Amino acid sequence: MSEGLYSMEAKDFDKTLDLTKIKPYGDTMNDGKVQLSFTLPVPCGAEAVEAAKQLLKQMGLENPSVVYYKELTPGFTFFNCYGSCTHTVNYSSIYVPKVESNVMSMPDTDQYIREHIGRKIVVVGASTGTDAHTVGIDAIMNMKGYAGHYGLERYDMIEAYNLGSQVPNEEFIAKGLELHADALIISQTVTQKDVHIKNLTNFIELMEAEGLRNKMICVCGGARITHELAQELGFDAGFGMNTYADDVASYIVQEMDKRGMK
Amino acid sequence: MESKLGLDFKKVEYARGLAKNIATDVQSFVEQYTTVAVERTLCRLMGIDGVDANGVPLPNVIVDTLKDANVLGEGALFFIANAMIETGMCPQEIAEHVAKHELDITKVVTRDRKKIMEALQPVIDSSIERIRTRRQRREHYLDTIGEGPKPYLYIIVATGNIYEDVVQAQAGARQGADVIAVIRTTGQSLLDYVPYGATTEGFGGTFATQENFRIMRKALDEVGEEQGRYIRLCNYCSGLCMPEIAIMGAFEGLDVMLNDALYGILFRDINMQRTLIDQYMSRIINGFAGVIINTGEDNYLTTADAVEAAHTVLASDLINEQLALMAGLKEEQMGLGHAFEMDPMLENGFLLELAQAQMTREIFPKATLKYMPPTKFMTGNIFRGHIQDALFNMIGIWTNQGIQLLGMPTEAIHTPFMSDRYLSIENAKYIFNNMRSIGEEMQFREGGICRRRAAEVVDNTIRLLEDITKEGLFTALEKGIFGDVKRPKNGGKGLAGVTMKGENYLNPFVELMKGKR
Repeated sequence: MSEGLYSMEAKDFDKTLDLTKIKPYGDTMNDGKVQLSFTLPVPCGAEAVEAAKQLLKQMGLENPSVVYYKELTPGFTFFNCYGSCTHTVNYSSIYVPKVESNVMSMPDTDQYIREHIGRKIVVVGASTGTDAHTVGIDAIMNMKGYAGHYGLERYDMIEAYNLGSQVPNEEFIAKGLELHADALIISQTVTQKDVHIKNLTNFIELMEAEGLRNKMICVCGGARITHELAQELGFDAGFGMNTYADDVASYIVQEMDKRGMK
Repeated sequence: MESKLGLDFKKVEYARGLAKNIATDVQSFVEQYTTVAVERTLCRLMGIDGVDANGVPLPNVIVDTLKDANVLGEGALFFIANAMIETGMCPQEIAEHVAKHELDITKVVTRDRKKIMEALQPVIDSSIERIRTRRQRREHYLDTIGEGPKPYLYIIVATGNIYEDVVQAQAGARQGADVIAVIRTTGQSLLDYVPYGATTEGFGGTFATQENFRIMRKALDEVGEEQGRYIRLCNYCSGLCMPEIAIMGAFEGLDVMLNDALYGILFRDINMQRTLIDQYMSRIINGFAGVIINTGEDNYLTTADAVEAAHTVLASDLINEQLALMAGLKEEQMGLGHAFEMDPMLENGFLLELAQAQMTREIFPKATLKYMPPTKFMTGNIFRGHIQDALFNMIGIWTNQGIQLLGMPTEAIHTPFMSDRYLSIENAKYIFNNMRSIGEEMQFREGGICRRRAAEVVDNTIRLLEDITKEGLFTALEKGIFGDVKRPKNGGKGLAGVTMKGENYLNPFVELMKGKR
């Protein structure tokens, strides 16, 4: 049997968990094990493997090991690698801004609107700019929703308008005004070359120039969006991976209530 | 043919007849109209190319002139021919003079139909010959170096820079890809012109331009010769420039074109009248050029539920098939679309997918079916994603699909890295080889899940087609029956570019190309 199947390395490191100095976990506390794959723009060979190992060391990975490599096309070699991370992170001092609202079910949200706002609220959404993808905005707004979470169109107390994709920010804002939107929600799917950052920034600038920024709740979402990024860009909230219509609806109604929007 | 699924082919033929009625209804509308895109296509067929001092393509210059003078309905060929007779210049020279405001083609003396045809004939012949030569070049490659076995492995490149695309495409071909699709930059479908020249900047893709087509064709011929396997090039005849992209592809030797009759209406909010008129000319060109068209039914399942809406895919495939036949496309050139898009957590979802793929195969036995990988339920968990793609590949080989659009483990994260394509191609080649003859070995149990599913989808399709037959395709689209997307007949982009044909209108290419080789 190949000796490679079992790790014979001595485990002479401290195996107690210290939240001020955490590192990756393979099968033993503090072993630091990391797996990664990448391509280097060099031909396949011993030099390529050595280059990959040196790169791993520079990334702070001890005992770098290249377990698989393959030339993808002349001059490009792909690697699967492992190593033990030497860096640590102080987990106990981390602070991440999050959307601060209680996530409520659809009926609870409808009830909340009846009790706290007393009228139907208007939410207008689109995938704005050049982004042609409707999958994100549809997941949040369509009647059917996504993964068992009904979309905003199904809420009794929400009038939801899904304007689709490739809507210019100017048109989107104009439509929001026309429909007396309480909240504008933007989905961004294409993020190549940070095109979403430019577009979202453009939206906020337009809202500010029109003096509308504080009159409506502005929310953005997408797989590459975080709440922190959204706030940096001037939005009220951002919704990333694994968030659904109920997250968005709960936030909007509680924020409206907090601001006294009636 | 005997159905492995126990399909009732009488029902299938009935459904096909319904689709034919729907398509005939559309066709009688389409033939009365032309569009700015169709007329620009005719300008290109006259050999007009290049841009003016402001970078506006010369075909746009000519067509905008006609539109502004309210004479677009008479057609570009009528005015170009009259100008040729009067000035003695070739169409390209005429366009250059129009661009410099040195000639007003709407003001030249008009001649009779016979004189006009005499003037046009040499140019028409040379364009037809140019396309035919291109097609023969492909046929020669297929006869000499050959091609990979079906399902063809289809991958995308999308760097935004045509020269970087070439590196990625050649790498993919060396790894085993048979079809390279150059994804277009976000938003190109809404441009009412085709950009000019080689381009190096794009978002989520690369501009479709004639020069970019030429650059990639050359690169794929190089790598094809090196690998001893013809590599097909795919682009997109969708959006506001459908037939123009088709003619550029025909001139430059593209092999596969997305060319759906309904996709632009539903997913790009392009006016339905505009798209249906444009798709007709675009498909005539693709048919003559020997191009395989791909349709986009898979997209319905990204917005609607894949289990509930399966019949909308089949109904649309049947309508797309009839519209394609009317444009002279052979069945072998029809890459009718369907997809593997069910929720992976669904119990026995694999069996439902298998049933639908086999059903599509049996209903369109000659078509080069286009099978789309999972996208909607790809999560960023690249490890599970790779397995989802593996299940998709099993069905591809099991049901003998025509073009397998390879799923990437990194779908929903980024446009593919070179290594993502390698992993996907390896996945498909492993499965295709390891399971090559499974379709011949396995049967579907009578009364089992697969047979019941296929019968259910056919029945639902018939019901839907009966409804559409009653109210017509335009109304059906207004009601949102495909992809849960509703589009008004007079809404959307590009309606201003539609015009009724006038009495002098002529487009001899329709008859010269339709159904011809």
